Amino acid sequence: MSSYWKRNQLRIAPWLFLAPGAIMFMVYVIIPVFQSLSLSFYDWDGLGVKTYIGTANYVELMDDDAFYTSLKNNVIWLLLYLLAVPAGLFIAIFLNQTVRGIRIYKSLFFFPFVISQVVVGLMFSWFYAPNFGLFYKLIELVTGNGVAILADERYVTYGIIAAGLWPQIAYVMILYITGLNNIAPDQVEAARLDGAKGLKMLWYVILPQLRPATFIALVVTVIGALRSFDLVSIMTDGGPYGSSRVLSFYMYEKALSEYGFRMGYGAAIAVVLFAIMMVFISGFIWKMWRDETER
Amino acid sequence: MTYLKTGAVAFAAALLMSGSAFAQTRALSYNADFDPTPLAAFQALIADFEAENPDIKVTLNNFDHEGYKTAIRNFLTADSPDLANWYAGNRMAPFVTSGQFQDVSDVWTDNGLGEQLASAKASMTIDGKQWGVPYTYYQWGIYYNKDAYKAAGVEVPTTWDGFIENCAKFQAAGIDCLTTGSKALWPIAGIFDYLNMRTNGYEFHMDLTAGKVAWTDDKVKATFAEWAKVVPFTTENHAAIDWQDAAALLVQGKAANYVMGNFAVATFKEGGMTNDNLGFMVFPEITAGIPRAEEAPTDTIHIPAGAKNVDDAKKFLAFVARADVQTKLNAALGQLPTNKGATVDAADPFISAGFESLSSAYALAQFFDRDAPAEMAKAGMEGFQEFMVKPDRLDAILERLEKARGQIYK
Repeated sequence: MSSYWKRNQLRIAPWLFLAPGAIMFMVYVIIPVFQSLSLSFYDWDGLGVKTYIGTANYVELMDDDAFYTSLKNNVIWLLLYLLAVPAGLFIAIFLNQTVRGIRIYKSLFFFPFVISQVVVGLMFSWFYAPNFGLFYKLIELVTGNGVAILADERYVTYGIIAAGLWPQIAYVMILYITGLNNIAPDQVEAARLDGAKGLKMLWYVILPQLRPATFIALVVTVIGALRSFDLVSIMTDGGPYGSSRVLSFYMYEKALSEYGFRMGYGAAIAVVLFAIMMVFISGFIWKMWRDETER
Repeated sequence: MTYLKTGAVAFAAALLMSGSAFAQTRALSYNADFDPTPLAAFQALIADFEAENPDIKVTLNNFDHEGYKTAIRNFLTADSPDLANWYAGNRMAPFVTSGQFQDVSDVWTDNGLGEQLASAKASMTIDGKQWGVPYTYYQWGIYYNKDAYKAAGVEVPTTWDGFIENCAKFQAAGIDCLTTGSKALWPIAGIFDYLNMRTNGYEFHMDLTAGKVAWTDDKVKATFAEWAKVVPFTTENHAAIDWQDAAALLVQGKAANYVMGNFAVATFKEGGMTNDNLGFMVFPEITAGIPRAEEAPTDTIHIPAGAKNVDDAKKFLAFVARADVQTKLNAALGQLPTNKGATVDAADPFISAGFESLSSAYALAQFFDRDAPAEMAKAGMEGFQEFMVKPDRLDAILERLEKARGQIYK
């Protein structure tokens, strides 16, 4: 036994090191994914009997207005949340100066990310609130007629996304600040000697060196946009009659909330969300794999 | 010399006697979901019951209020207690139809509860039999700001048409005629329930929430037509505010009327209203001649089908239904006794008005999210909110609710 170990140590050891993490991952992530998948083919209220109904949940989903609203909102979230990446970049570049006390400003700019999302949601819902909210009063001052963002089906999703962008920009900013600290100064010197300035310097010299930071920022932002639940739940509870619903919130409403208990249907919504996420996750993993194997 | 033999005989005799003493104390197990204040009130009630019936011991198993709603589905099938808390009306229907609650009509007839609890009887009756005993409820109605009424120069209306006429005068004075906070959805369900019961009657409302009537029915459209009359005079951004924010509007005199439950009085008073400027009225009549039904969410006690000590459980139900017991219990709960022979604190005008209103009501609805199954309630309330914001979408909303009805009530 010990001679087997001595001979194959180099091959087996990596697997042994990976084993605890891999087992945890299997038990808490991978297996539940398959369980959700199988649950979506059943009709179950969480306590009673599980009845197999095949693809009936998905057929019902295709016909469900609330599902399409959620899907549309998720796409809007995805597209607008990506604004956090360039916004974070510009703030990071702005803060990348050696001015006295710049570290305090960096901490203050980072502060929104430290606050719990629930608190962010509450603060912004007061900000938008009719009659006493700052934003409402501002609009009333400018146009004479206040608009309650969270009560209007046309603007509610944008209002919530604005609330979500505040902490997300802070997070991306920190990623870029770290990235900017690792920029090779000799490349910048060489470029300056060649006459590069301003935007040209940014595009051709700085950004390529920030590729790893950009990659992580994109991953985090995309996943965050698809996962957004706290803000929707706190600010509007699904919005005026369901118009600010997103898939993760709809799944919670159908499966776990007081008015739900349809586990199978919720699982079907979760599977759709998972499929959308897999598109992006596969893209990210493929890129990472490519980078690793090329090295 | 130790009296071993005598000692042994005496010991055995003592054991036998104590054994038979235990056999005479009967046990009742009671599963409940009380918050701290009601729990204390009920422990006092149980102590009174045990004082009157020294040979019965009641064991109260208290669950967390929200967790109880899931736990009950478990313990009714496996290991049922002798008594269990629940709610009246369509909310108890699933347990009745699946045979998990016992028929207690004999408790009602033996103790004359048919007259004493007359207004609550309909909400405890399915198929002509009674399935539990109600012990408390609270009233819903219209709370109004008397100062706002004075500012607009209007009188308290007696009919719905009068109410709408007043609304125009309130608007001229810059006051919202009706306020509500629909962010959490349930407050507007109260408005719908009253409009439906006053327009079409209690039986139609019960049929609608039980899924027996189509949402696209003309009578439902008539209810929404009445609602459309008051929507222009309702607080503008109700979808973004909670009921407490709407209460603030009533307190400040920026709104005149609020369809709410009696629990809101504490909030109004905290905001500064007093018995002098806070008024209460029952929802006015819409269709003449329809008997006046009220909204009164009722808490009840039932006997599960698997109960072991049914006779004593029925004694407990009869005890809880008694006028004097209910007076004491509801004084501690701050709510209304269901027995019209009970008394309430005459110094509290809202409790007194509520007691009168409910004791003389034709029948009692349990509130939309208890009368309709949970999924239908959610779809319905979202439909109500959308109607209030966009009244011209009524047909699309009713079609959607009708589609939901087909899927939910199977």
